[in-house]
Amino acid sequence: MKALQKIHSRFVPLPMENIDTDQIIPARFLKATTREGFGKNLFRDWRYINNDESMPKKDFALNQPQYTGEILVAGKNFGCGSSREHAAWSLLDYGFNAVVSSFFADIFKNNALNNGVLPVTVSDNFLQEIFQQGNESTLTINVEAQTITIDTTGASSHFEINPYKKTCLLNGYDDIDFLLSKKELISEFEKSTKE
Amino acid sequence: MGKTLFDKIWDKHVVETINNGPSVLYIDRHFIHEVTSPQAFKGIEQRGVSLFRPKQTIATADHNVPTLNQHLPIKDELSRMQVEQLIENCEKHGVELYGLGHPYQGIVHVIGPELGITQPGMTIVCGDSHTSTHGAFGTIAFGIGTSEVEMVFASQCVLQTKPKTMRINIEGALQKGVVSKDIILYIIAKISSSGATGYFVEYAGTTIRSLSMEARMTICNMSIEMGARGGMIAPDETCFEYIKGRAFAPKGTAWNDSINEWSQLYSDSDAIFDSEININAADIQPMITYGTNPGLGIAINGNIPITDNIADEGERNNIIKALQYMGLESGASLLGMPVQHIFIGSCTNSRIEDLREVAALVKGKKKNSSVHVMIVPGSQQVAKQVHAEGLDQIFAEAGFQVRQAGCSACLGMNEDKIPAGEYCISTSNRNFEGRQGAGARTLLASPLTAAAAAITGVVTDIRALI
Ligand code: SF4
Repeated sequence: MKALQKIHSRFVPLPMENIDTDQIIPARFLKATTREGFGKNLFRDWRYINNDESMPKKDFALNQPQYTGEILVAGKNFGCGSSREHAAWSLLDYGFNAVVSSFFADIFKNNALNNGVLPVTVSDNFLQEIFQQGNESTLTINVEAQTITIDTTGASSHFEINPYKKTCLLNGYDDIDFLLSKKELISEFEKSTKE
Repeated sequence: MGKTLFDKIWDKHVVETINNGPSVLYIDRHFIHEVTSPQAFKGIEQRGVSLFRPKQTIATADHNVPTLNQHLPIKDELSRMQVEQLIENCEKHGVELYGLGHPYQGIVHVIGPELGITQPGMTIVCGDSHTSTHGAFGTIAFGIGTSEVEMVFASQCVLQTKPKTMRINIEGALQKGVVSKDIILYIIAKISSSGATGYFVEYAGTTIRSLSMEARMTICNMSIEMGARGGMIAPDETCFEYIKGRAFAPKGTAWNDSINEWSQLYSDSDAIFDSEININAADIQPMITYGTNPGLGIAINGNIPITDNIADEGERNNIIKALQYMGLESGASLLGMPVQHIFIGSCTNSRIEDLREVAALVKGKKKNSSVHVMIVPGSQQVAKQVHAEGLDQIFAEAGFQVRQAGCSACLGMNEDKIPAGEYCISTSNRNFEGRQGAGARTLLASPLTAAAAAITGVVTDIRALI
């Protein structure tokens, strides 16, 4: 996992609630056995008419050239439904390094963090404020300070992140390395519970 | 202060708690399937480590598998590769696989319990959100992502932050025609598809106690659809009876020891939950969903909400968008609406009791000529039982097609899809846009309600038929 300290970028707005992982990456694209290449199918059925790449849906944000950047801003309860980590992989592969919403589903949040995609939870009001910005405006996300700032207005908001996860993200560490270092402790735990 | 059932199991499985961070939680049983495991196998191989406890992982092929002609090679190349990759990975890493052709093959959440692998007090994970199903046995069972599958491979542990606890008490007798699927659809409609996010739910009360294990599994299965990390029910006599004698159940003196241990698994009377909800069973009617998340459900004889009356703008837009996709109208009733497909299957409702209920209702009747009816048993063992009890005969006479075990039209990864624009009453757990095929319109309901519509060809109040 690569380290993530700061993101300064324009954003893509998706002001819809309850965006589930079946929309982020439909099941028919889950047949790959690697983690790469999911970006082209991100939001597939919202992006194209009849699944046809030559017919992009013009009113969908990902198809509108004025919207670009490493940050996706979405309505509340983002990432609900299926536990597929492919959702996080497809966002990352497409080029998103952070998702901003007022509420995230649990499993998605974990999956995102495990892949270095930062879920930023803000208040409903702050979220609306972001949606009201023009497409030229940028956001700055500072992981160390745990702040997200709307650069044009200077409005800033604090976000929560578990201190352990924050260290992982800032340094690009991952949980598996950590757990591998605990093997002895885990073996002892097993012995102690097997009476 | 007393402990909740959740706390009792959690505390026993914490290896270490990171200061200001998550806990290292030990996992007793790990189920895997072909879709969410290949990248995890690849991951540990790249790190040059082997599976830490391969005997605690059990694999099956379910999401991708065809439900016709399973003895033939899989036609879809990508699906075939994924299933073959699973076989190869399991052989290489010493994991027990109940793959295609094995008498134990089936949907991962159906086979764990039916084989007696799922036992009270355990921690169970799987790269699949409906792992919550196993909570019906008094386990902490939850879905994980592929990185976490890799963590379990590497260390038999996952890192988890302790969730908050919620108890949902359901008291009293159910109305005629109301089954466990209706209970859970009712709860989700009441608290919304995100109403339990951050919580682990315990279902309790006299109504729950009176349910069979299979009915309890249906309820725990859909816990994730209200955002919960998982759902659980304290084990009791009904639970012990169900496990007894199953392939991997403890035997002899080990059985008695297990019963003694399992009998301690309940929430103490003075345990405090972070949230508590009380439901009167008599208020629950047969349910059906009209929208594109499982929280958008109504009583079968009720009306779709009038969108103009919804105060919250986000919610209003959400429902307007859902109704557009579904081709339904604000304020309308669904009763009498023609449907084209009936899907009876999935880890929510594909067990023998579900199929018995359906058979009892349709015996001697024929399906309406305008509907296609697909029954997909949850496992090879369920399919075998269907045959042994002669239910397949009843289904054949009714014009229902009985297929082979797998996830099937629940998520349409194989060829079992619902065509765009058509309606399907489905006993599965998700009605998201495109879930059953691009453009498919899913109405979630109980097996009874699905069977009733199969006979009439329209959305029907099951109470009119019994
Ligand atoms: S039946 Fe459906 S919900 Fe259950 S495991 Fe299979 S795909 Fe997932």
